[in-house]
Amino acid sequence: MHDVAAHAAHHAPPTSFIRKHVFSLDHKVIGKQYYGLALLAAIVGMVLSWFMRIHLAWNSAAIPGLQLLSKNGAPGGVMTPEYYLQLMTMHGTIMVFFVLTTAPFAAFGNFFLPIQVGAEDMPFPHFNMMSFWVTFTGFVVLIASFFVPDGPTLGGWTQYAPLNAVGSVSGPGQGTGVVLWMASIALFCVGQLLGSLNFIPTTLDLRVKGMSLLRLPLTTWAWFITSCMGLTAFAVLMPACILAILDHVAGTSFFVPSGLVVSDQLVPHSGGSTLLWQHLFWFFGHPEVYIAIVPGIGIVSHILITNMRKPMLSQRVLIYSMGALAVLSYMVYGHHMFVSGMNPYSSLAFSFPTLVITIPSTIVVLIWTFSLYGSKLRINSASLFSLGFISMFVSGGVSGFFLAQPSIDIMLHATYFVVGHFHLVMGVAAMFGIFAGTYFWAPKMFGRMINETLGKIHFWLSFVGAYCIFMPFHYLGMAGNVRRYSTFVDDYLQPLIPVHHFITVAALLTGAAQLIFVYNLIHSRFWGKPAPDNPWEGTSLEWSTATPPPWDNFGGKHPVVYHDPYQYGVQSSVGDYVMQASPEQVKTEHEEK
Amino acid sequence: MATTVHEPPQIEPRRLPDLGHSGNGGWRNLVPADGNRGVALDYSPPPSSSAIWVVLFAVTMMFAAFTSALFVRKGSSLDWETFTLPSILYFNTLLLVASSVTLEVSRRRVAVFMGGIKSQVESPARWLYITLFLGLLFVGGQYVAWSQLRAEGLYLATNPSSSFFYLLTAVHALHVLGGLGGLIYVIRKLSKSVLRRNQLVATARYWHFIGILWVYLLLLLWMKL
Repeated sequence: MHDVAAHAAHHAPPTSFIRKHVFSLDHKVIGKQYYGLALLAAIVGMVLSWFMRIHLAWNSAAIPGLQLLSKNGAPGGVMTPEYYLQLMTMHGTIMVFFVLTTAPFAAFGNFFLPIQVGAEDMPFPHFNMMSFWVTFTGFVVLIASFFVPDGPTLGGWTQYAPLNAVGSVSGPGQGTGVVLWMASIALFCVGQLLGSLNFIPTTLDLRVKGMSLLRLPLTTWAWFITSCMGLTAFAVLMPACILAILDHVAGTSFFVPSGLVVSDQLVPHSGGSTLLWQHLFWFFGHPEVYIAIVPGIGIVSHILITNMRKPMLSQRVLIYSMGALAVLSYMVYGHHMFVSGMNPYSSLAFSFPTLVITIPSTIVVLIWTFSLYGSKLRINSASLFSLGFISMFVSGGVSGFFLAQPSIDIMLHATYFVVGHFHLVMGVAAMFGIFAGTYFWAPKMFGRMINETLGKIHFWLSFVGAYCIFMPFHYLGMAGNVRRYSTFVDDYLQPLIPVHHFITVAALLTGAAQLIFVYNLIHSRFWGKPAPDNPWEGTSLEWSTATPPPWDNFGGKHPVVYHDPYQYGVQSSVGDYVMQASPEQVKTEHEEK
Repeated sequence: MATTVHEPPQIEPRRLPDLGHSGNGGWRNLVPADGNRGVALDYSPPPSSSAIWVVLFAVTMMFAAFTSALFVRKGSSLDWETFTLPSILYFNTLLLVASSVTLEVSRRRVAVFMGGIKSQVESPARWLYITLFLGLLFVGGQYVAWSQLRAEGLYLATNPSSSFFYLLTAVHALHVLGGLGGLIYVIRKLSKSVLRRNQLVATARYWHFIGILWVYLLLLLWMKL
């Protein structure tokens, strides 16, 4: 019985600089470290996308400075087709793993999950610290591949077999570059598994008194569900990377078929299965989409409720829907392989749950929409980005209906339609979730308010810009514009070149608008108005504690939870809300009537 | 808007002492809608007891991935050559099973020791040391098995069957080494008298799991290789 207290996370306040800011055990510092890593990775990924977009629109244009990155890949600043693919691979890998997974899940989750359940810290702070530093090492290893001979791998973020295993004979970067990619992702998997090892017991075991499971805020639920997904997905991707590394360096033949001739050379492997990689990869890969988006669903719900000043139509259905998304995400992965030569009956089997998974997504959107209907939404940067998230999630999700059907997917596969689809629903939507979370929580994280005017300008430029970039992708795809081409020389693609010009200009401008965000974040961090403890009049536990929270989160106290997470629209001594940790009894408007 | 009103929780001091740390949220504390929280509440288990299931689940998923790779690889190829498993593997299996038994014995002795009846247990760590020794012997035995295969000319890349043999046994051996690390941690904590029961329980769960996993792997290798 006494084990409960003895095992709750508890460590002494840090004293040295290293323990405070570098190898910190504090979940809040680790959360901020993850956020910093994601911000850095996002800037790198975005600059790479600029390079790609400029090259796509103006093939022969020299990009100043690019030759410094690779003399062979970009002689005189003009990238070769292979180097285009290498940059594309790195853009995808950096964005999916080190931005979309780390920021909404690892960064915000680390900072706020323990506070929202009322814990002092995660139960295994050393593992938590390792989680970040292993992930960071993975990022360094990935970036290191820019600086090896031949540069990074060109196989795309999916690293399909057998190209991932046959070595440099299959192109520049396919030697050391692939090994570094696999090692980086294997490290990333270890980091995220260590994260799940902390997130799950924190949610289950470290909740304070009165914090029943259904009193957890939606963000906590989202992070909990995501950590369960990550546990299953990353534990499968890591062995896949190990097999690929062995094929690469030890001469095994897991993924390389016999008799394979690449670049006029017979590859000395025998009998491997290329589809095996795809199965292992997509068993991770599709849940990864939801690992990126479910935290966003939680964050957006949390922010909208706070700004609508009323709870969602159904808290429970939202939780169940997120759970359903998590479960179904493992049953749909085969839809990435409709044209890979699977049995047609398998396509049918994967198509059905793919259509079914739209149901919980639709339910979530309907709950948001009908909850927003008639509400007096407080308009601020966080709520605007939350609305933007819904818009992107719907726009990107609707094209998923088309792609879910094998007969249509065969036509649209590997075109810009697919690129537009996943960028909107997974990339931009998740980014908007990250922005919303940043504007909402930065006061708590850094102790300073963020400039709202700049935030709103950032929103409108990003919102319009994202649509200008990604909606035309769908038209390009329907016109048959194939993805992964570095130049469009075919006759039928010539009329589409102006569309590419438009997209590139939009991408450059929208990217530049992100500098406003970076400036706003850094300026506010140091010179912003000091933030009060509860600037948004929120109810969950993160708003009960000081800003920024003390090292043990609640200053030696242990809150007791008396209410559901979102008691808005009530009359209490502080206003139209009552905080979870407030013992005050309130009456609802409904009861007063 | 319509929101529910909750009574302040009626914390029953006898069942839920305020121990001054986070936790106590209650594992089965679902919806105390009737306000009778004494019924709904139960103690949270210590985090390590749920964390160990997280670990075991991740390891299970990892070996499930390897297993499915083995099935797919064998099913889709014509180059699969079978070979006889080194007989020392069966002896190693006995060692690992025996180590699980000794760990259970040590668990009981440590429980008696920690229960305050210290005079009855002179050296509570003895059986832990025996378990540690058996575990080390297992890893050594696996090394002997690899050496035997090498002597037969079967290397990692010789054939997919040997690739899977080395891969599965090596990854399993790494997990056994992790378990040995856990045992050393427990022995150190015990020698300083700061061992907590759930730390030993979590280590034991992991160790037994690694044993069961080995029996599964041996059956898989025996059937498929």
